Amino acid sequence: MLWMRTLGLGIKSLLLHPLRSFLTVLGILIGVASVICLLAISEGISNEAQRQIASLGADTIMVRSVPPPTDKLAQSGITPYGLKRAEFDMLLQTVPTIRSAIPIREIKRTFKFADRTVEGRLVGCTPEYADTTRLTVDRGHFITDAENFQRASVCVLASEVAATLFPYEDPIGKSVYLPEHTDFYQVVGVLEFRNDSAAIGGSMEAQSFKDDIYIPIKTLQQRIGDTVVRRAGGSFSGEEIQLNQITLTVRDVEDVKSTAALVEDALKSHDDMEDISVVVPLELIEQAKQQRRLFLVLAAIIAAVSLLVGGIGIMNIMLATVTERTREIGIRRALGAKQRDIISQFLVEAGVLSVVGGAIGIVIGISCVPLFVWLRKFAAENYPESLPEVISNVTPAIVPISIPVSFLVSLVVGVVFGLFPAIRAAQMNPIEALRHE
Amino acid sequence: MHACTIRELTKEYVLKSETVRALRGVSFNVPEGDYVAIMGPSGSGKSTLLNLLGCLDQPTNGQLLLGEDDVATMTDDQLAEIRSRRIGFVFQSYNLIQQLTVVENIQVPLYYQGRLGAQERDRCIELAHRVGLGDRLDHRPTQLSGGQQQRVAIARSLVNDPYFVLADEATGNLDSKTTNEILALFDELNSEGRTIIMVTHEDEVAERAKRVVRLRDGLLQSDATNSEESRKAAAQRALELLPVGDE
Repeated sequence: MLWMRTLGLGIKSLLLHPLRSFLTVLGILIGVASVICLLAISEGISNEAQRQIASLGADTIMVRSVPPPTDKLAQSGITPYGLKRAEFDMLLQTVPTIRSAIPIREIKRTFKFADRTVEGRLVGCTPEYADTTRLTVDRGHFITDAENFQRASVCVLASEVAATLFPYEDPIGKSVYLPEHTDFYQVVGVLEFRNDSAAIGGSMEAQSFKDDIYIPIKTLQQRIGDTVVRRAGGSFSGEEIQLNQITLTVRDVEDVKSTAALVEDALKSHDDMEDISVVVPLELIEQAKQQRRLFLVLAAIIAAVSLLVGGIGIMNIMLATVTERTREIGIRRALGAKQRDIISQFLVEAGVLSVVGGAIGIVIGISCVPLFVWLRKFAAENYPESLPEVISNVTPAIVPISIPVSFLVSLVVGVVFGLFPAIRAAQMNPIEALRHE
Repeated sequence: MHACTIRELTKEYVLKSETVRALRGVSFNVPEGDYVAIMGPSGSGKSTLLNLLGCLDQPTNGQLLLGEDDVATMTDDQLAEIRSRRIGFVFQSYNLIQQLTVVENIQVPLYYQGRLGAQERDRCIELAHRVGLGDRLDHRPTQLSGGQQQRVAIARSLVNDPYFVLADEATGNLDSKTTNEILALFDELNSEGRTIIMVTHEDEVAERAKRVVRLRDGLLQSDATNSEESRKAAAQRALELLPVGDE
């Protein structure tokens, strides 16, 4: 009851100077809002990164061929580089923790049907590829072992390729033409739509699956071979690679790191050329988690600084208020207020300021999620080119704990920074306070 | 029964290594129902005495009893307690709290006793009626004239049923007409049995009290009783002295 009255009195006193109270509150408000908002955005980015990395598979290891540095290349002609089929067999036979291994060969090619053309990627792979890369078949079937062994001229289309080449007809049974090799492949399956995978540091580009056509790797090896020549601007360029990537799936997630070490050791002969790289998604997930912790610490520091500033703002205004209301303090003391009554009166005011600031800050912080989404939509509509990929995929995720914590912290800030002015008010000499003009 | 007993009261201040003896041994009693005016030039110690009587300060030596409470040895909290329960202050500059209404202002001393019930509120409203502000219960001090504000202060001083009303130059800021009204109110309260101690430097005001205590240089100079006739004459004179044409 008494507390309710004290609270009511505090609110009444603060409402005597609404603008001043609002400005005082602003510090805490911005602090709390920005912390909640920052945490939500960083959590969103972290979630997205983890989702993308996880889509590569936590139990997989990827070994990729990368172009060697130019000083390692021969003066003229085409220098063969990258993974060899022999190495694929060697890994599969010697590393015991490997459950499955997929050899992959990728070539940029043109695909045609009737008068329609798609610039895309010809991917030679084995049946397991669909499973490991989490591709789902919409119609027909993915490449089979039999087709691979028979070196059959069959292909599976990504949904976008199918939509472009076969807007009106059912692609199954039709043949796609590759003009660079004067070759036909019969469509046996169409995939469902799939999101792009993550770009990971320098070791892996973002993979877009939308322009892909999949054929059995043995067919690719027989029909096209390892050397691919490209004509660009009047000159020829070419590359000779046996395999672009080997995707290894480990039996148990616990074996990922040791297997990765073993694989790197087995492929040590590539150290000179620097023409392969080993990517372990599990390590990337751990890195992403570490990064998230870093974000949390950073947000905590920002919170601490802005709440400190907000707290000093409150203290400043409370000191001014105490001086301004010296007379009132004198009157109250003369009419029977004890020192602790005066302390609680001013503490309550400081507490109300900071709690109201914290509460508004929380509301604004939470509303940053729809605001962010709206801003992104606005930016996507008006400046689609300038939007970084990270932003366009991220949805801020409020970190639940940040709400009660920031509320509590702002209350504590109010009480801590209100205490000094309140004690100062209570310790005034009532006689002098009464005489104060 | 005395509302207030003062024995050999001294008060010394230390100001920059110099000791100022504001009261140098003052003794007098205020019986219940008395109406005392304390007078004296500046420096006489009357403000010091007022602060001691109001329990805002403590004596250096001597005895100060309010009713049966010995104030001289009390802690700060106990003094605050006494102020909220047994003393009614009326100040020269009214000293109402700006953000509170008339009724809330009257209730402040009860508030610090933790008495906030409907019964207490009724008592405050009753007191507002008593001082003639029954139609302004929810007004704020800024919406009231000086005389009305002083009436609120008087109502506030009565709310805790004090040993005495302690008025410090209560009419100092008021014009003569309003002064007259306030003094008439004091007369009424006194005739109802209220003890009033007022500090003033105006003879016209002091003449209205039953008794005048004069201080000089920290000592009691005189303690005289005003006869009933002289008080009535003073009241009459005050009415006649009002400017012509004012009502």
